[in-house]
Amino acid sequence: MADITTSLNEAPPGWIRRNRQTLAPVLFLLPGVLFFLFYVIFPILQSFNLSFYRWDGLGEPVYVGMENYAELLDDRAFEVSMWNNAKWLLLYLLAIPAGLGIALFLNQNVVGIRLYKSLFFFPFVISQVVVGLVFSWFYDPTFGFLNQILGFFGLGTLNVLGDPTLVTYGIIVAGLWPQTAYCMILYLTGLNAVDPEQVEAARLDGAKGFKMLWYVIIPQLRPATFIAFVVTIIGALRSFDLISIMTNGGPFGSSRVLSFYMFEKALSEYGFRMGYGAAIAVVLFLIMLLFIAYFLWSMYQEEKGGR
Amino acid sequence: MNLLKGTVAGLAMAAGLAASAQAAELSGTLKIFSDMSNPAPRAVMEKLASDFDALHPDLTVELTVIDREAYKTQIRNFLTANAPDVANWYAANRMRPYVSAGLFEDVSDLWAEPEIADNLASTKGAMTLDGKQWGVPYTYYQWGVYYREDIYNELGLEEPKDWETFKANCQKILDSGKKCFTIGTKFLWTAGGWFDYLNMRTNGYDFHMALTNGEVEWTDERVRQTFANWRELIDMGAFIDNHQSYSWQEALPFMVNGEAAAYLMGNFAVAPLREAGLSDEQLDFYQFPVINPDVELAEDAPTDTFHIPAAAENKEAAREFLRYVVSADVQTAINAGDALGQLPVNASSSVDDDEMLNQGFEMLSSNSPGGIAQFFDRDAPAEMASVAMEGFQEFMVFPDNLDDILNRLEKARQRIY
Repeated sequence: MADITTSLNEAPPGWIRRNRQTLAPVLFLLPGVLFFLFYVIFPILQSFNLSFYRWDGLGEPVYVGMENYAELLDDRAFEVSMWNNAKWLLLYLLAIPAGLGIALFLNQNVVGIRLYKSLFFFPFVISQVVVGLVFSWFYDPTFGFLNQILGFFGLGTLNVLGDPTLVTYGIIVAGLWPQTAYCMILYLTGLNAVDPEQVEAARLDGAKGFKMLWYVIIPQLRPATFIAFVVTIIGALRSFDLISIMTNGGPFGSSRVLSFYMFEKALSEYGFRMGYGAAIAVVLFLIMLLFIAYFLWSMYQEEKGGR
Repeated sequence: MNLLKGTVAGLAMAAGLAASAQAAELSGTLKIFSDMSNPAPRAVMEKLASDFDALHPDLTVELTVIDREAYKTQIRNFLTANAPDVANWYAANRMRPYVSAGLFEDVSDLWAEPEIADNLASTKGAMTLDGKQWGVPYTYYQWGVYYREDIYNELGLEEPKDWETFKANCQKILDSGKKCFTIGTKFLWTAGGWFDYLNMRTNGYDFHMALTNGEVEWTDERVRQTFANWRELIDMGAFIDNHQSYSWQEALPFMVNGEAAAYLMGNFAVAPLREAGLSDEQLDFYQFPVINPDVELAEDAPTDTFHIPAAAENKEAAREFLRYVVSADVQTAINAGDALGQLPVNASSSVDDDEMLNQGFEMLSSNSPGGIAQFFDRDAPAEMASVAMEGFQEFMVFPDNLDDILNRLEKARQRIY
């Protein structure tokens, strides 16, 4: 401080004073940029680098070039994980229309509506671990509620989490429960911002029902839809805890996704193939990068249009 | 009460011994990191540490107990960065990564001392890698078939000694509307237990070691024979349905409720079975029967161990602690029924008077001429174990996939070893 006050009194303005238009933003940005560099950018570069090595986390890393990637091409477990990731990405999007539906349903004024809204939002508040446990009991082949229902109708039993063809869908359904609640809350806030005058005008013009929804309401919900899309895609790519809790990747690896497979190879009890895990992480990063680039691009377009 | 007295007497003796040896001069701090985090083992470990502390007035013992699962990853960090003087781990190939990285201290000198060399001979093989010993065992436990004695009696069945009786028994149990075996393969290793026994009974201990050391092809005819035997049981419907969805604990109720008659497991399954209400009249144990009469019987008996990290600071005190842990009286006390409830590693120790422990001790000391294996995932390298056990689980659900599974395992073998 002292320096600045003295420099104010001197005839030629000091270097700091001359450059403060540039300095201020730099100083304000500095902490954030440093954190971003050390906790995001450098680790990403390190992962890229590590994926060219064979390393067990203890000894000296050995440079193996593209060997880890060549092995990935030939690895059936990796292929299964990729397909499961695709299923997650596609089916997880169902949370958006489902969330919109519930939001429209709850967007009315009746006694106790706040309570109903909270109850619908509840699954998003509880931990994913709890969601996973609740659903694994629900699916339990002997005592589970699902099989009680199927048994009541005489449909036999279904071991959802033990069947390699069904297991991923079973976990996605569990994941949709909290994700739908999330999308619902986004849409509920979005609906508050819908312009009542436009709705009134549309009504005078004779719009109602689906047409009203499609041509008047949904366009106004565009920002909410965009955010719901972003969080759902990211949620689908991060799907880890549910898999870990409900099946641990099984049966025989058929419910793994890339993030879980990376964890298994690099960090689990039988893992510690750091290089191979890093190679999986790089592939996952590239997939995420596609979406991130798209989001950034569309946000940029929006900003440009806004000006 | 008797046991308490025994422990006190043991301590007094150990104290006497220690005083006469050089150990009385031990000083400084002894840092112990332990993975014995379950309630009963934790109490044992805490007592071990405080008793050892009391024996050596100038020495301070600092004990850190870490959650058993978390320990498996943390050990990699603390061995390199912040090494204690003594650390828990497991025997056989599980030591390999730390031995080859030079993180465990060679304790062959301890094994040369007659006190240890004579009394611990049975576990020496499991502690040996590259011709040296890298730690000492403190407990082990038998594997075998735990069964519902009352169901066997009701159906008029005897403990089977050979494969034909084993299968005939199973058929009778199935005819009575029950399953022969409960198992939960969600975490895979339980299937490894079945593979180990079928393989050791079909091809013997040496073959088991060769296979887990990567010296035999997975597509070998002998491996196929093991799976063919296994398939006989699977095709009979011997195992409970949907086992791929259960952990080993979740598979226990099937046996408690009498829906399944037996469980191939380690001795640690006995405590929860008893807690769930099975009495000694309802629960009994038999050794896995002979399949191929030409191979000697061999058993799985996983051993838990203590090691000295290479970067330890107080190695003298650490060595003394290892001597203390394996001494006959301490071994008797810590493996007693109300402590760890397992088998002592010291041949001069006495086994607590428990039906299962007695049978297990008898079996391992006199009826396992082929050898004592650690367990599939401890004898094989971690990576091979995880791929293989996943294959075992798949085989138990879809036995028709065998060729595909074996080819996959063979490919993994060629890459890993």
